[in-house]
Amino acid sequence: MNELGSAFSTASSLILGLDTALVEIVSLSLRVSLVAVLIASIIGLPGGAALAVFKFPGRRVVVVTIGALMGLPPVVVGLAVYLALSRSGPFGVLDLLFTPTAMIIAQVVLITPIVMALTRQIIETMWEDYAEQLRSLGAGPWRAIPTLLWDARHGLTTVVLAGFGRASAEVGAVMIVGGNINHATRVMTTAIALETSKGDLALAMGLGIVLMLLSLIINAAVHLIDDASTRRA
Amino acid sequence: MSDQSNPVLPLVLRDVTYEAGKRDLVKSLNIQFEPGKRSIIIGPNGAGKSLLLRLCHGLITPTSGTVEWQSDARHAQAMVFQRPVMLRRSVAANVDYGLALRGIAKGERRELIDEALERTGLRRRADVPARSLSVGEQQRLAVARAWSMRPQVLFLDEPTASMDPAATHDFETVLDAIHQAGTKIIMTTHDLSQARRLADEILFLFRGRLLEHAPAEDFFTEPRNDLAQAFLRGELLWWRHGDGPKGPVSTGPKPD
Repeated sequence: MNELGSAFSTASSLILGLDTALVEIVSLSLRVSLVAVLIASIIGLPGGAALAVFKFPGRRVVVVTIGALMGLPPVVVGLAVYLALSRSGPFGVLDLLFTPTAMIIAQVVLITPIVMALTRQIIETMWEDYAEQLRSLGAGPWRAIPTLLWDARHGLTTVVLAGFGRASAEVGAVMIVGGNINHATRVMTTAIALETSKGDLALAMGLGIVLMLLSLIINAAVHLIDDASTRRA
Repeated sequence: MSDQSNPVLPLVLRDVTYEAGKRDLVKSLNIQFEPGKRSIIIGPNGAGKSLLLRLCHGLITPTSGTVEWQSDARHAQAMVFQRPVMLRRSVAANVDYGLALRGIAKGERRELIDEALERTGLRRRADVPARSLSVGEQQRLAVARAWSMRPQVLFLDEPTASMDPAATHDFETVLDAIHQAGTKIIMTTHDLSQARRLADEILFLFRGRLLEHAPAEDFFTEPRNDLAQAFLRGELLWWRHGDGPKGPVSTGPKPD
């Protein structure tokens, strides 16, 4: 109990003193997860909407597959990306293994299905109401996609946040493809795992607190922006 | 934007049937819609009124038969739905959306938006979110959105179904202006007194069949069809479930 108390006070001083190691790890974590979410959204939002709007043979199979991919185990994704990027793998020449880029790739693979599946769900429900109205106004399915995404923006911010949550909380994949290398690929979750196993609870707890605070701040910020835009439309 | 010099009317339906599952929802419709006259479609629930509008507007394709316009009518028609979808943006932006889709330049769009909102009494609400409008105002916005495109034909599907009398009155005033401006109005309604106020001609639908198509005056003084007579007397028709019209029924004037 006493140990926990001292760990907590050390954690606070690390955070308040903007410890360089801590800042480095936090900023890399943010960079990797935000870029991954951005890429996953660029693919997943229009992709999910297209899946909702277009009817094509095999559509159901695609929908079910993407739904299943939502539950991909991170270590499996990590392993697959590792094999793809390793020296002998198909993308070995790019020399990306154990870099932040490799971590971003793994996270994109993990969260794109989440963004796409949830977007498809939201847009499909909306499309039932919108389809005839938009066609009547002269919008075909292609033109309807940006309209639907824009009109669903409140629900979709939650989707993107879910993707960010998954990315920032994930350990297994980034550990495997990043390697948890100090000053290079060490992010909050991998650092917490490492420090805990080393018994350095202070840094682990400090990182844990920062991780939760960041998540809280980002969610709050997104909802504030969302509320402001709700008042306007 | 429709080209008024290229008239799309009359709109001719030939033997139009629409089936879903194994049921005929509308059956062998032969109708000719002439320009100018306000055509009001009446009939009990499930008669196929909305379906008829959606077939005419091209939202659904008939199982058999044809819907024929005199020239390319894609941009010459617009529709106001019973529950129109308001896009999550401002009132003015809702009108702008349809105009932009028709490739109208921005400067010209602004004028058309202003005019449409002015005529529907929504000008002062141009910048508020469309979804914050009342039901009656939303329906007027739907008309503004449709009318801004200057259609030659405007379809309306029970537009006043959820309005109070005052809102209905305002709405009918707007409709009258649209009619005066030369747009053909084809509208469904449940409301017989509204049909009396607005109609130049009546189409009476029952169970997917057109039972009477007559000038409004004739229809309301002496409908030829006995089911139409019953409908006008306020006798509900749907209780005859499974017992539809039998034998030959008078079907009013057919398209020539």
